[in-house]
Amino acid sequence: MSQEYRLDKVGLVNRDKKISFKFNGKKYFGYEGDTLASALIANGVHLVGRSFKYHRPRGFFGAGVDEPYAIVQLYRNGETDPNCRATEQELFEGLEAKSVNCWPSVNFDIGAINNFLNIFLPAGFYYKTFMWPRSFWYRIYEPFIRKAAGFGSASKKHDKERYEHKYEYCDLLVTGSGPSGLASAYSAAKNGAKVILAEDKPRFGGSLLTSEANIGNQSGKEWAEKIISELQEMPNVTVKNRSQVFGYYDHNMLVMSERISDHLPETKKFTPKQRLWYIRAKEVAISSGSIERPIVFGNNDTPGVVLSSAAKEYLKVYGVLVGKKPLIFTNNDSAYETAIEFKKNGITPVVLDSRSNPDSEIISEAVSMDIDIRFSHVVVAAKGYKKVKKAEITKISEDKNELGKIENINCDCICVSGFWTPTIHLSSQSGNKTKFDEKIDAFIPGKSKQNETTLGSANGVFNLEDTLKTSFEAGYEISKKITKNDNKISIPQSYEKKQSKHDKFWCVPLPKNKKYKRFLDFQNDVSVTDIELALREGYRSIEHVKRYTTLGMATDQGKTSNLNGLQLVSSIENKVVPSVGHTTFRPPYTPVCIGAIVGREIGKHSKPTRKSPMHSWHEKNNAVFVDAGVWLRPRYYKRGNENLFLASKREAENVRKNVGVCDVTTLGKIDVKGPDAAEFLNRVYTNAWLKLPIGKARYGVMLREDGIVMDDGTTTRISENHYHMTTTTAQAANVLSHLEYYLQVVWPKLNVNVVSTTEQWAGAAIAGPKSRLLMQKLFKDLDVSNESLPFMGYVESNLSGVPARIFRISFSGELAYEVNVESDNGNFMWEKIMEAGQEFQIQPYGTEALSTLRIEMGHVAGSELDGRTIPYDNGLDGLVSKKKDFIGKRSLIRKAFTAKDRQRVVGVVPLDKKTSIPEGSHLVKDAKAKLPNPKLGHISASCWSVEHNNPFSLAILKDGKNMIGQKLFAMSPLKNKTIPVEIVSSHYVDPKGERVRS
Amino acid sequence: MLYIKCPYCGMRSQNEFAYGGDANVKRPELNEEVSDKIWDEFVYLRKSPRGKHIELWHHISGCRQWFKVQRDTTTHEIFRTAAINEDIK
Repeated sequence: MSQEYRLDKVGLVNRDKKISFKFNGKKYFGYEGDTLASALIANGVHLVGRSFKYHRPRGFFGAGVDEPYAIVQLYRNGETDPNCRATEQELFEGLEAKSVNCWPSVNFDIGAINNFLNIFLPAGFYYKTFMWPRSFWYRIYEPFIRKAAGFGSASKKHDKERYEHKYEYCDLLVTGSGPSGLASAYSAAKNGAKVILAEDKPRFGGSLLTSEANIGNQSGKEWAEKIISELQEMPNVTVKNRSQVFGYYDHNMLVMSERISDHLPETKKFTPKQRLWYIRAKEVAISSGSIERPIVFGNNDTPGVVLSSAAKEYLKVYGVLVGKKPLIFTNNDSAYETAIEFKKNGITPVVLDSRSNPDSEIISEAVSMDIDIRFSHVVVAAKGYKKVKKAEITKISEDKNELGKIENINCDCICVSGFWTPTIHLSSQSGNKTKFDEKIDAFIPGKSKQNETTLGSANGVFNLEDTLKTSFEAGYEISKKITKNDNKISIPQSYEKKQSKHDKFWCVPLPKNKKYKRFLDFQNDVSVTDIELALREGYRSIEHVKRYTTLGMATDQGKTSNLNGLQLVSSIENKVVPSVGHTTFRPPYTPVCIGAIVGREIGKHSKPTRKSPMHSWHEKNNAVFVDAGVWLRPRYYKRGNENLFLASKREAENVRKNVGVCDVTTLGKIDVKGPDAAEFLNRVYTNAWLKLPIGKARYGVMLREDGIVMDDGTTTRISENHYHMTTTTAQAANVLSHLEYYLQVVWPKLNVNVVSTTEQWAGAAIAGPKSRLLMQKLFKDLDVSNESLPFMGYVESNLSGVPARIFRISFSGELAYEVNVESDNGNFMWEKIMEAGQEFQIQPYGTEALSTLRIEMGHVAGSELDGRTIPYDNGLDGLVSKKKDFIGKRSLIRKAFTAKDRQRVVGVVPLDKKTSIPEGSHLVKDAKAKLPNPKLGHISASCWSVEHNNPFSLAILKDGKNMIGQKLFAMSPLKNKTIPVEIVSSHYVDPKGERVRS
Repeated sequence: MLYIKCPYCGMRSQNEFAYGGDANVKRPELNEEVSDKIWDEFVYLRKSPRGKHIELWHHISGCRQWFKVQRDTTTHEIFRTAAINEDIK
């Protein structure tokens, strides 16, 4: 198919490289350097989608980020992306895109019936329609709204692309490479500042790409190219295209998304698709330019109605005509540049200017080129359904209230210009108030809150000479402040045609008896009547009007609609625009790919993975791992066809019968050192610590100030002023912060230091009746008898020449030892233990067997110390000192904590001795009671007791100890189970604790 | 993301720090007899001022020191930071 709207020689696309692509299944050609939008327009395709609410035909409106219509579903390299703006998507070989929001096709869309039902779809219709009956919400309304909502659909596949994050620091970040961006970046860079220049588009230059201005004896475009190539050569400058600075956050942190591979058929190897830059800038120059705003008239959403600046950009950058019979409708001079550009390329436009008698250099030039210009004329309505065919035009009175006789004019596009709106989003996100500038009828940034300056047209400065002057100076002043250099470069001479004043006119009144829809927000189908209705219904605040009507919402965030919406509200309310105010600008400025925000922190990369030094041994021996916080721990060691249940049962049985070894490296370890260490521990733990002898360990419980158990573990006195504290795996980091807080903030006079030694020590717990025999074999020179190394004893020794710490502590309830060696020797230790243990039938055991052993012993752990229980609840009240004060003690005498029937940890056995009780089950008296059935407690941990060979659980039960012997029901609605149970002591095995002392 | 000056390490991004609450909270002395009201206020009740606030931060991914930050709770402006034993007036 020929590109019948492509001009022969004009534009910056590479005509030597033809690119084929598909849109809605049909094949087209474009050129390298095209966007999807420019290539489609070149091929005469104007219908790209359907509108959100009424499903009205949608074409192209802009040529960049402001595009409200041309949102497509993109297919690239086997993946699909919704919400792509065709005006920004660069063409690549094999690109495929489809229209969204239409079914079965964009040409014949059933949803377009909404257009005729529009009387039933007024502003706020969601709120009015989907209210009742209530039961309809989940089944009917919500699925319906979900289906109707959104632009395209997200892929359900795993995204195989890579996204990266980068942190960067600079003296000056410049957002936008138009005249103000180039000038400020260049003068700052020349003065030695570290500069980052970010441009959203592939091409640098901003408005200079399409303007006729001259700078320093060359065209604006040539000057931009020269500056960019100089900047690119400078070592203190980073120049980035395809990079949108979309958010301005606290303390001059800005975030920029760089599209690295979106314009390529596929992502290159070792290259991310997109990169998110977190830039901490000492100063920011916001040179984000301005966006042309439309004039509102009847059917102004018809495909073929485009912004005048976009028509010019398609022409000058892409060599593409948006139409061959253009009608240009303006209230200011800038549209004349578009008219002249058409004329130069052999197309004769008609210009309608709402002003009665403007006079300027550029208008004179247009007149001299024989362009048909009609002053005091307006477009009343566009005619045509899928493309503009005609326009109704007329003369308008000086006060803009009276329309003359309407005449029809043939045209195939209407290029509209309602003057310019500064892009103040970043400046506003920075925290600045805005102020209304009467000269340009738009908001400009107020006083800077952070270290930033807004320059050029983003600041409401629309002439080149002033823009260059202020921007060169700003770049110099900012850089001087930072670098202390004083290298000022001269500002180049510039020339552009002088412009006359624009007209405030922005909305064409409806002729009598006509009900044309006049749209303010094109993406969300918000028309003048919707706003009028909202105001009639009492909405006043612009924030409320926005939410009720959806004005300025959706993916374009009202880039072309906000100001006209405000003009309308203020004219109805008889207020001036600044008193109506505007809605808040929030990041992101443009939609950002979720993948880019997540970066590489997905799956296993979402947090670090910590492995013990024995990890490879576990791997080689068929360990099945489980995540324990950030650690990977063996859950069980699989033999043959064993499952979790069988393997953990075997492992636990072997501990009770012979001897087992468990990797306990993951336990938190903290060195506590200093002359006041004992006093400090005495304040941290609930029990007494002042008299612990050297070479002894003690179990301790620590509380938060609110009396809730924070953590437990053993702490050993290694030497006079040196203690080795252990914490649970999960709480290790919190406990260290907790200790540091008290040492640094609350009791700074205590002479104690704490440091994490978790990674310095590898730990192996050796447990079971044969553990002493094994220990004796491992440490031949050491007396490990009960007399020399009793329960809670500690001794240092060496394991075949490797220094080792031996603690006689037990979590399993069996006779047990814990051996620690320096991490590097962990694997050596483990292999020695396994080798020596062979004759005692040693088996390694994982966390599942570890749990079984502690549950049937009634040792509390994380599932009981759940952040809601106090020592009493856990049967730890014996460890609470009455004599001394400690962290959280004062809370323990609060009324609720001393209640007689407080919850306590108990054991639970199913009456049938067969059915395992799901963790989380509720304990109730009457299984058939009316809901809500009063809950007496819950199952905190369950196991298969290897000692009794039946299921056993721990529970936290109201008035627990007095409930022992009672029969209750464990109910798990999730698992649909009701199990009759008996309450027993939590110490199901060895209740007197004889084994650990044996 | 805030940019915080650790008194020991210098300017660092917020993701190196953990927030530690109001720096003006004073723990009752050990072994001091305190009423329920005073204890509850210490444990549970915090002011949520609009404007200047002196708070604790912990440089957990750095030097692991707790220190004071004077910050505006509405604008996030940080006026100054100080070591624990220094006063911010």
